[in-house]
Amino acid sequence: MSGLFAGLPRRALVAMGVFLLLLLLAPWLVNAYVLSILVVVLYYAYAGQAWNIMMGFAGQLSLGHSLYVGLGAYAAAAVFVKFGVNPWLGLVVAVVVTTAMGAIVGFLAFRFGIGGVYFAILTIAFSEFTRIGFDHWLWLGGSGGLFLPVANLSSNDLVNLRGAPVMFYYVILAMTVAALAFCRWLLASKLGYYWQAIRENEDAAAALGIHVFRYKMIAVMLSSAMTAFAGVFFAFYYNNLFPEQIFSMGRSIEIIIGPIIGGLGTLFGPIVGAFVLNPLADGLAELLQWVGIDVPGVKQVFYGFCLLLVVVFLPGGIWPMLARRLGLERGH
Amino acid sequence: MFDLYLNAAVGGALTGLVYGLMALGLSVIFGVVRVVNFAHGEMMTGAMYGAILLAQAFKLDPLISIVPVALVMFLLGYWLQRGVINAFVTRPEHTQFMLLVAIAIILVNGQLIAFGPNARNVQVDYALDSYQFGPLILDKVRLVAAGAALVISAALFAFFRFSLTGKAIRACADNFLGAQVVGLNVRHLYALTFGIGAACLAAAGCLLLLLVDVTPSQGPSYTLLAFVIVIVGGMGSLTGALLSGLLVGVSEAMAGALFDPSAKSMFTFALLVLVLLFRPQGLLGRKP
Repeated sequence: MSGLFAGLPRRALVAMGVFLLLLLLAPWLVNAYVLSILVVVLYYAYAGQAWNIMMGFAGQLSLGHSLYVGLGAYAAAAVFVKFGVNPWLGLVVAVVVTTAMGAIVGFLAFRFGIGGVYFAILTIAFSEFTRIGFDHWLWLGGSGGLFLPVANLSSNDLVNLRGAPVMFYYVILAMTVAALAFCRWLLASKLGYYWQAIRENEDAAAALGIHVFRYKMIAVMLSSAMTAFAGVFFAFYYNNLFPEQIFSMGRSIEIIIGPIIGGLGTLFGPIVGAFVLNPLADGLAELLQWVGIDVPGVKQVFYGFCLLLVVVFLPGGIWPMLARRLGLERGH
Repeated sequence: MFDLYLNAAVGGALTGLVYGLMALGLSVIFGVVRVVNFAHGEMMTGAMYGAILLAQAFKLDPLISIVPVALVMFLLGYWLQRGVINAFVTRPEHTQFMLLVAIAIILVNGQLIAFGPNARNVQVDYALDSYQFGPLILDKVRLVAAGAALVISAALFAFFRFSLTGKAIRACADNFLGAQVVGLNVRHLYALTFGIGAACLAAAGCLLLLLVDVTPSQGPSYTLLAFVIVIVGGMGSLTGALLSGLLVGVSEAMAGALFDPSAKSMFTFALLVLVLLFRPQGLLGRKP
């Protein structure tokens, strides 16, 4: 475990500790509304971290991660609603289903040498294909949606994942921290170095004897398996699933904007991106509502401009710049 | 029963020609500038709204609106490439992609704010006219739209084949360095190409307006459709884009006739997966 923190300057450790402590104490520090925003922030931080494995580490641009969120959500929700299967067992089902899907997408693409833009479009095509399929799958509610029995908010039942927002907050916090530690470990492992070699130059990596196909497959399967957790969380937190929403391309883009704005391929990028973006967007929506402007689309236009500004002026993302300024980088 | 399928297929083929024109714009931009225009469909719905505004204000037929709308889109496309995208031509693929995704998000939601989520259309007085050839019944609007799409595509082919500017653009696409060496203004030609692509999608948008309603949320679907058509036809192949537009139009119509109209894009994506598996360079694309 100590290897996780090796080389970090003391102030980075302190900053991390304080940040984590604040997050742990958050339910006592903030009201229910802010907590609900924090849940969304952490959800996107987690999903972004999972996506970052594919794009940030291995360099494979997936624009269809809502496919894995949606499949994970539907798998766990379906076995829960239809057969009364416990959500943690449902999670296993979800992970199996999404990993299999990731393997199919990866196999089709990588086996036939489809990369870059073609790969991105293939991922969108698969999520759209699945969305339409679920729209017509009446056993799971079709386009009318699938609903979970609403939780009793006064008692927390962690085993059945039914309870108050505070419980969900701690679940998603634990998931985000675990994902961060896992990615830290991945990035410093042999696997992580293989991925980065493939990301920088696939031909050179292959020439060095790296089995490019195998490691790209591992990236897509790991990423989709991790995204399944996000889907299960989504299903049990919101209690309703609509193919139109959960598989939409907009959701995929919301997942990937965080890591890109925060810093592609960095460990804290997805977290910083989510923490910067969501509160800003929600704050903006609040402000507009307060002024009396209530039009749909404003939040997304704001996302668009954030993305545009970062892509044009800060191609590396916010976190690398922030870390340098604050002296939080790993020692040399 | 056969009549029904025949009518669906022919109607789909006519719509498909308009799709082909839309995809042609994407193919031209990708083939020359090597940037994937991920805001293609969003720009097209923008052009469709432009034609709707012209129809409301001046009672202009979308067929006539093609001229002003395409001109405006040409200028916008030229400016977009020259002012924004050009700096990204040498950057990594995913950065270009993100830039255009950002533009697409702004466009689609800007349209949502400006025009609301409800479907809008233009009524022309020949909307319900049709011609009958034996068992075949053809809508006049479909024939007109497909005919116009063919004429515009032919003009585009002629431009690239015979005009000096067209040849210069093809030279840029063939050999970037060589084009610079012989003194072509690549920056200008790239912007010109993007403008031509934008004019194509504007024309396709005006023609589609004769056939369908428009909502802001359709932008991303059209982008995807254009991509699928271009990949199926073969990136950079203009004939391929037109042919595959036709194919996609027919497959959409058959999906509607055989199953359910809302399942039509499933057929299209299935077509994409099949092509990627068995002929990754596309139907008429050159082997990489």
